[in-house]
Amino acid sequence: MDLQKFFEMGGYAVYVWTSYGLTALVLLWNWWAARRSEAEAQTAAKRRNELALERSS
Amino acid sequence: MTPRQKRMVTVVAIVAGVGIATAFALKAFNQNLLYYYSPTQVHAGEAPDSRSIRVGGLVENGSLKRQPGSMEVTFVLTDYQQTVPVSYTGVLPDLFREGQGVIARGKMDGNRFVAEEVLAKHDENYMPPEVADSLKPHMDAANSAAGAPAAAATPAPGST
Amino acid sequence: MSWTWFHKLASPPHAYRILGTIAPWFGWASLALILLATWWGLVKAPADYQQGDGFRILYVHAPSAWMSMFTYVVMAVAAGVGLIWRIKLAHAAAAACAPIGASFTFLALATGSIWGKPMWGTWWVWDARLTSELLLLFLYLGYMALRASFDDPQRADRASAVLALVGVINVPIIHYSVEWWSTLHQPASVTKFDKPSIDLAMLIPLFIMIVGFQLYFGWAVSRRLRGEILRRERNANWLKEAA
Repeated sequence: MDLQKFFEMGGYAVYVWTSYGLTALVLLWNWWAARRSEAEAQTAAKRRNELALERSS
Repeated sequence: MTPRQKRMVTVVAIVAGVGIATAFALKAFNQNLLYYYSPTQVHAGEAPDSRSIRVGGLVENGSLKRQPGSMEVTFVLTDYQQTVPVSYTGVLPDLFREGQGVIARGKMDGNRFVAEEVLAKHDENYMPPEVADSLKPHMDAANSAAGAPAAAATPAPGST
Repeated sequence: MSWTWFHKLASPPHAYRILGTIAPWFGWASLALILLATWWGLVKAPADYQQGDGFRILYVHAPSAWMSMFTYVVMAVAAGVGLIWRIKLAHAAAAACAPIGASFTFLALATGSIWGKPMWGTWWVWDARLTSELLLLFLYLGYMALRASFDDPQRADRASAVLALVGVINVPIIHYSVEWWSTLHQPASVTKFDKPSIDLAMLIPLFIMIVGFQLYFGWAVSRRLRGEILRRERNANWLKEAA
């Protein structure tokens, strides 16, 4: 495969690579945001549990 | 009726109500939602001639002429029933070619449509060049036989 | 009719556990399929007879656009179920869908715009397809803003569910806009009843990408929904065992 030809995308390099790059960015953002949303809730739940245990003992 | 069934009816009523209201609203504004007029509509006088309009159709084969020494091009838009001659000065999009659907924005000047902007419309077909070549004789035959584009972008469907 | 099975499935501890089990499967499968489809679409698929290599934007644009509508339907159905059966989990699922749907809608609009510039000759036109897709983005954003404006989660659930249901009418409008009105955007290539207007060699990577996006959505919803469950069930007993 001719690498240079591949990156040129028949003259549409700017449009094709911007689209794919943007897609990768949005998918990565979504991945990060979903993970963070879950992890934050888990940390908060754990802390509440620890506090409750401390209070009961 | 149990409370749950009541809520079910409410939810269905919301969706149905909004659906019907939207259908009526869209029906009332139908003309404004048309992005372009076809050459037939232009000839029938359906398009306003005082303000800027868009005309969509296919670029007639063999009609594209570039004026030497300038950026001006002239071509003929057709929907296989009526034609509108167009003149335009400027850069054309990549997909602009004879036999391709385009939309021109501008004003009628006598019989000629003077475009300020030309956009290319593409159809929903995607295929490799080899496949397109193998289809070509078949498609040309179909075009001349039926007098209608087989795979090309269809012009505006009347005033639906 | 008895709805006990339904309520059991919708019980938060049950759902929390199931989602935790399936999420990694969704995640890895989607990663594999998206990478495969990217390679296939960029390298292996042939160039288009009209658009050359520019048509490869299809492989990110069409799946994003499809997911933007799919996610909205899932969100509206979840909101409706939440309203009718008073199931908090369904409301939580609807809330989890909104940011994901918004991001897909943004992606569909952005990649479409980038594709439109070289091919149509313009970044944007106000035709029925593009305008209704933009409206979809505002529906998602409005849904999230409405939720955020309530302190009481129950009232937020109900008000936002009504908005989600009202907005669902926009989904068929987006889909059929290209048939009902003359638009600059072309009609559908794949989602129609007869044979797709796209060559098989180009269609396969598109399908792989759509399935990949679908699984990715499954992963993201699972993760977000688990977070939502934990936030809503802060005082429940089962949480003490799970955490």
